[in-house]
Amino acid sequence: MAYDKFTVLKSTAVPMPIENVDTDQIIPARFLKATKREGFGDNLFRDWRYNVDNTPKQDFVLNNPIYSGEILVGGKNFGSGSSREHAAWAIYDYGFRCVVSSFFADIFKNNSLNIGILPVQVSPEFLDKIFTAIEADPKTELEVNLPEQTITIVATGEKESFDINGYKKHNLMNGFDDIDYLQSMKAEIETFAAGRLY
Amino acid sequence: MSNTPSTLFDKVWDAHVVRKIEDGPDVFFIDRHFIHEVTSPVAFLGLQNRGINVMFSERTFATADHNTPTINQHLPVEDPLSANQLKALEQNSAKYGISHWGLGNPKNGIVHVVGPENGITLPGMTIVCGDSHTSTHGAFGAIAFGIGTSEVEMVLSSQCIMQPKPKKMRINVNGALNKGVTPKDVILYIISKLTTAGATGYFVEYAGDVFENMSMEGRMTVCNMSIEMGARGGMIAPDETTYAYIKGREKAPQGEAWDKALAYWKTLKTDEGASFDVEYNYNAADIEPMITYGTNPGMGIGITKNIPLSTEVEGGKSTYEKSLNYMGFHEGEQMLGKKVDYVFIGSCTNGRIEDFRAFASIIKGRKKADNVTAWIVPGSHIVERQIREEGILDVLTEAGFQLRQPGCSACLAMNDDKIPAGKYAVSTSNRNFEGRQGPGARTLLASPLVAAAAAVTGVVTDPREFI
Repeated sequence: MAYDKFTVLKSTAVPMPIENVDTDQIIPARFLKATKREGFGDNLFRDWRYNVDNTPKQDFVLNNPIYSGEILVGGKNFGSGSSREHAAWAIYDYGFRCVVSSFFADIFKNNSLNIGILPVQVSPEFLDKIFTAIEADPKTELEVNLPEQTITIVATGEKESFDINGYKKHNLMNGFDDIDYLQSMKAEIETFAAGRLY
Repeated sequence: MSNTPSTLFDKVWDAHVVRKIEDGPDVFFIDRHFIHEVTSPVAFLGLQNRGINVMFSERTFATADHNTPTINQHLPVEDPLSANQLKALEQNSAKYGISHWGLGNPKNGIVHVVGPENGITLPGMTIVCGDSHTSTHGAFGAIAFGIGTSEVEMVLSSQCIMQPKPKKMRINVNGALNKGVTPKDVILYIISKLTTAGATGYFVEYAGDVFENMSMEGRMTVCNMSIEMGARGGMIAPDETTYAYIKGREKAPQGEAWDKALAYWKTLKTDEGASFDVEYNYNAADIEPMITYGTNPGMGIGITKNIPLSTEVEGGKSTYEKSLNYMGFHEGEQMLGKKVDYVFIGSCTNGRIEDFRAFASIIKGRKKADNVTAWIVPGSHIVERQIREEGILDVLTEAGFQLRQPGCSACLAMNDDKIPAGKYAVSTSNRNFEGRQGPGARTLLASPLVAAAAAVTGVVTDPREFI
């Protein structure tokens, strides 16, 4: 899909220090009935965010006006479970462009990169520093610099590097996706397919 | 051919790499692609928006399962959004010439049940689907895993995805399984040891006596839940059990093609001396019937054990407390005797004939407990037919149970099969996440035997009492 290019993002962040946030929490299955990609942000974290009568749960971080920003900071093993790309769409649709955690589930990480969300994996220690900084000051800004592959707590200057493969980095910085690449090599794929046993 | 010892996984992976990208993923060829109504519509929309076509329509197979009713399938689907998704799958399949087993088709059923039972799934294949439990097909010695919708669009348009090669893990379980211990218990035990993220970044090979002696249905149950420890997939080397299962199935190779395929399949095993990034060994004798007490599949214990103390578990105390609060349980409590409101048998994990045989073996001659609502959902119409033909339906009926129609049902509760808030369900499915089986629903994952014992007693019960 077409998405905005990602280079440097400086923003406040929303802290969610919960481990094993699974994709059923990010977007429950009953909201997967649409046949379009847009609109899933309304139901992002639906059952943590709203009571059964649809009133907001006041103790949930997305309902706390103190916190805002384009960066979501989650606990270890973020995005486990179902392969639903709707989870990444919901996060994007809500307005996040970057998710920070000390560990990501594989499929969620792939899905995020494919739609223009940058997953930034930091050390557990740096994740703690981010949570502590945001707890002390909810207006704490983070700077995520994709070309340099660094994430910085702006106020203190504390910085850490993160990994991303060169191909995906290039795609994100230029707003390209894999389908553009694959379309350019169809003749090669055709030849390969002809040699398959089945 | 090089003489370096190689793993089953390497053999299959390397045979499917169309191009290697430096400092990037492999361009990875996909032999078989399954699609269903929930994760495919946006992919087709993508094709349309880009003005591109499906490259090999004969390599994709569509079935409706996630969002289908499990009663009155002959009537129009009431929920307009669900009906719309089913219609989109039908129309997209027709438009691009893709095989479609929709609601009411005698071949219809859960994607990971119908693929193998119709001989679409074969050893040495690469298989993907927009569903994380695609790992099921690894039971045949295939590399099979779940993908996102952007990748569904890639496969439709180019039969390839861009995939970094995962690391390799081998899990060996040796010895003889104890009475009442099923493949579901084996995999729940492994996940409880490795945790829900313990295999993230890896592709797993399961090896050892326990898997060699397992039926194909059992192997599918094990591989199915590989994703629940974070692994992209899991696989088991094909052997005589595999060949016997495949032979004669509708889309399986026949005649000369069979001989050629069989010769290839016999090469699909890990060579002696091949290396893995990590290896684990477990003893079959240590495994007892398992049950989960928390909100991820790693939170499982032997059914006679007590819920661990927060001081005994890895990870954050607050996350653990949140989980037990949701379940309405306390640390240190025993699971046996806890009240059960619902029993669900079915899903791509335990919706095959062997699972219903196991369930029937315990309920035969007994009655459903009055406090239990039971949903018995076959994985496909073929399984449903087997249930009738083998007399299992009579056993169910006599014990006070009803059989529903095939589909994913209460495993993810997209349709009307939702466990009500606060209620406890012993479920043979694969995920016990908060709200997975309905908002506020509390899931205890277990085997068909544990589900049967709960169904007749109304409480968590050790199935060995009935065997």
